[in-house]
Amino acid sequence: MPPRLELSGINKAYPGVIANDNISFSVQPGEIHAVLGENGAGKSTLMKIIYGAISADSGEIRCDGKLIKEHGPAVSRGLGIEMVYQHFALFESISVVENIALSMPDRMNLPALSAEVRTISKKYGLPIDPNALVLSLSMGERQRVEIVRCLLRNPKLLILDEPTSVLTPQAVQILFETLRQLAQEGCSILYISHKLDEVRTLCHTATVLRGGHVTGRVDPSAASASKLARLMVGHELEEVSRPATQKSKKPLFEVRELRLAAANAMDTALQNLNMEVFGGEIVGIAGVAGNGQNELAAAMSGETVNSDPDAILLESRPVAHLDAGQRRDLGFGFIPEERLGRGAIPPYPLSENALLTAHRQGMTTLGFTKRHRAKDFAAQVIRRFRVKANGPDSIASGLSGGNLQKFIVGREIHLSPKVLLVSQPTWGVDVGAAAYIRQTLIDLSRSGKAVIVISEEVEELFEVCDRLYVMSDGKLSQSIDRKTANIEDIGLLMTSGAEYDYRETNIA
Amino acid sequence: MLRIEALPEPSRTMALAAPLIATGITILISSLFFLSLGFNPIDTLHGFFVQPLMSLNGLSEWLLKASPLIIIACGLAIGFRANVWNIGAEGQLILGAIAATGIGLFAPWQDSVFLLPSMIAGAIMAGMAWAAVPAFLRSRMNTNEILVTLMLTYVATLFLSYLVHGPWRDPAGFNFPQTALLPYKATFSVFDHSYRLNSSIFFAIAAVIITWFFLERSFLGFRMSVGGVAPNAARYAGFRSSTAIWVGLLAGGAAAGLAGVGEVAGPLGQLSAHISPGYGFAAIIVAFVGRLHAVGIVLGGLLLSLLYLGGETVQLQYGLPSAIANIFQGLLLFFLLGGNFLINYRIRRIR
Repeated sequence: MPPRLELSGINKAYPGVIANDNISFSVQPGEIHAVLGENGAGKSTLMKIIYGAISADSGEIRCDGKLIKEHGPAVSRGLGIEMVYQHFALFESISVVENIALSMPDRMNLPALSAEVRTISKKYGLPIDPNALVLSLSMGERQRVEIVRCLLRNPKLLILDEPTSVLTPQAVQILFETLRQLAQEGCSILYISHKLDEVRTLCHTATVLRGGHVTGRVDPSAASASKLARLMVGHELEEVSRPATQKSKKPLFEVRELRLAAANAMDTALQNLNMEVFGGEIVGIAGVAGNGQNELAAAMSGETVNSDPDAILLESRPVAHLDAGQRRDLGFGFIPEERLGRGAIPPYPLSENALLTAHRQGMTTLGFTKRHRAKDFAAQVIRRFRVKANGPDSIASGLSGGNLQKFIVGREIHLSPKVLLVSQPTWGVDVGAAAYIRQTLIDLSRSGKAVIVISEEVEELFEVCDRLYVMSDGKLSQSIDRKTANIEDIGLLMTSGAEYDYRETNIA
Repeated sequence: MLRIEALPEPSRTMALAAPLIATGITILISSLFFLSLGFNPIDTLHGFFVQPLMSLNGLSEWLLKASPLIIIACGLAIGFRANVWNIGAEGQLILGAIAATGIGLFAPWQDSVFLLPSMIAGAIMAGMAWAAVPAFLRSRMNTNEILVTLMLTYVATLFLSYLVHGPWRDPAGFNFPQTALLPYKATFSVFDHSYRLNSSIFFAIAAVIITWFFLERSFLGFRMSVGGVAPNAARYAGFRSSTAIWVGLLAGGAAAGLAGVGEVAGPLGQLSAHISPGYGFAAIIVAFVGRLHAVGIVLGGLLLSLLYLGGETVQLQYGLPSAIANIFQGLLLFFLLGGNFLINYRIRRIR
């Protein structure tokens, strides 16, 4: 039997970078094949070439032994190749089934399609309400919609780009079950990831990419994690070290009885939240997406202003009525989970993205910007945090996700805030960069600053945090000491939230 | 098959080449069009682009008409960068013209050298006041400034009409809907009495310089642009949207008011029911043809002004119907604005 997919000599260059350099590999029917690599290694480019979303400069793609000549997403779909992007392609203001119908022009009979969505979602353990509005769904649920949309077409090859970056440990397990079931039915799966553990538990074979070319083909379950890491990063990974610390006497940051009504039906109301963070420690907020973390982050950062000044205290000073800029003036820093359009201005160069929050550091005189100062600052961040970019003039949207995140994290840390709030610090960031970002956050806290990390990855929180809170349905748990906690208990506290409150009656 | 691909970074080559390509396509299509209607395309294009500039009077008129367009477009661009859509510059211009005329005719300091400066200040403030209404409503009550600015233009037009038909009508004006002529001290001095171009052109130059510094170098301009490009990033950084709304609308209002005094104290010399041939609306096109950039706006203003003059020339000289002149103007603007697409996207042929 010919391989389901066979790549030979794929090349793709962009101005200034070679994204794919002579890449060849093949995927058998029913095989779960990992493409492992750091951000910027060329994984996403390769997948888009396979899917036909962009065209290779040279090289051949064969599907079931047949050479694909004129490629394109429509050709892929005709061949049974489906792709779940890292950034979902869903319209937020319409329902799940309407989104699915849009990608299937011949299937506009919504009730019939809804029924089918339910069947598929039951069969593969991917609970989803076809009539829910997409904007009301968590990232995990949106991913299910994307997967169900692909499954409805009986794919022969399913491509998943960093699928677990938005999932809880439990949800990852569910996804893996689904993928194994699919593979057993003969569907090939291309699994793009930088997470070694996942690839080792799930995948049959792995192709490792670094800097655009293949550095290894291995059996991931047999290869050691350190060998995979070496192939991927080019050197050994450093363990995150968390030295002992001296907590400040008084908390640097406090949340007191914070209440916030939901702005619309899709938001979560915050109910009497209490939290305190001392200097010298990292405090985590765990929880499944969509349980109020976004609302809490916006309330803490000042993007949402509260009428009661005492709901948030910064160094014992009421700040809840101040906007984000005023809180920054007082030493608060924030790294949001959305990089493009929130943490960074996509079409602007990095120097002007530095200006966005670092303008306080003497980058303006008499209302004019000192552009060389902004450039210097951006150049320092690029150097100190090893951001892969062509200098301060590179356009933010041209950077890979992980590199842009490094830049934003670097910018905020370079501002040396007293309190730093980070939301999803390593969302879609490669191993090397993720470890570096985590270590940087720990180091910042050890220098006496207060660090708050909101993350959906519990392992990450266990790796970096001293204490944890769990957020569920707009409420915060009691403070939990990491030393006495275990992941299962945290998982249970998380699952009392909406995501697992799934009932068949809801979708009837 | 052709496919459209987003470019990773905006193309600098295309930023310069797009207007040339657009002009080329316009010339090609309009030539075929003129031919099919029996007009000589070379003569017609010559009439449009070259003939108006062959005389000193033509040059004077060219700059005279470009000046209000450029001034207003500068003010509007500041708002447009911040996604503040002031499309009521026409009304703000009218208010500026009214205020300037009121001061010029009725102020007690008729003999003072400050008469004209006070008219200019009054016009700017009146334009800003008219723009302050939508700014207040948008920042306080989240009304849509597009609708409010547009509707206030009708209010301004009717108010002007009331004044020139009623209380301000020139008693010695044979019942024409216009005020008395402004006294000599209340008008801009001309460079040469044979031509209408006057010293208000310096305001256009000043507006361009100020706008350039504001948009490209000032921190407030940066904050406003961020608010337009990435509103969430502006909120994240704590840049207030209300500042952007106020500054964006007031800049447009001030510029339009200034253009208003330039008209009444310039070529018109009095207030009449029709003081603007739609400068406030045409300036929106100028702002976008100029890609919301001060230097681009100068080129855009000169182009639109030339199209006005050229349109008149070809009608007079070659008997081209005015509709056809309009179609030509429309074609050129369409391709110019459409050509900007090539800066951010490329079209590829797939084999």
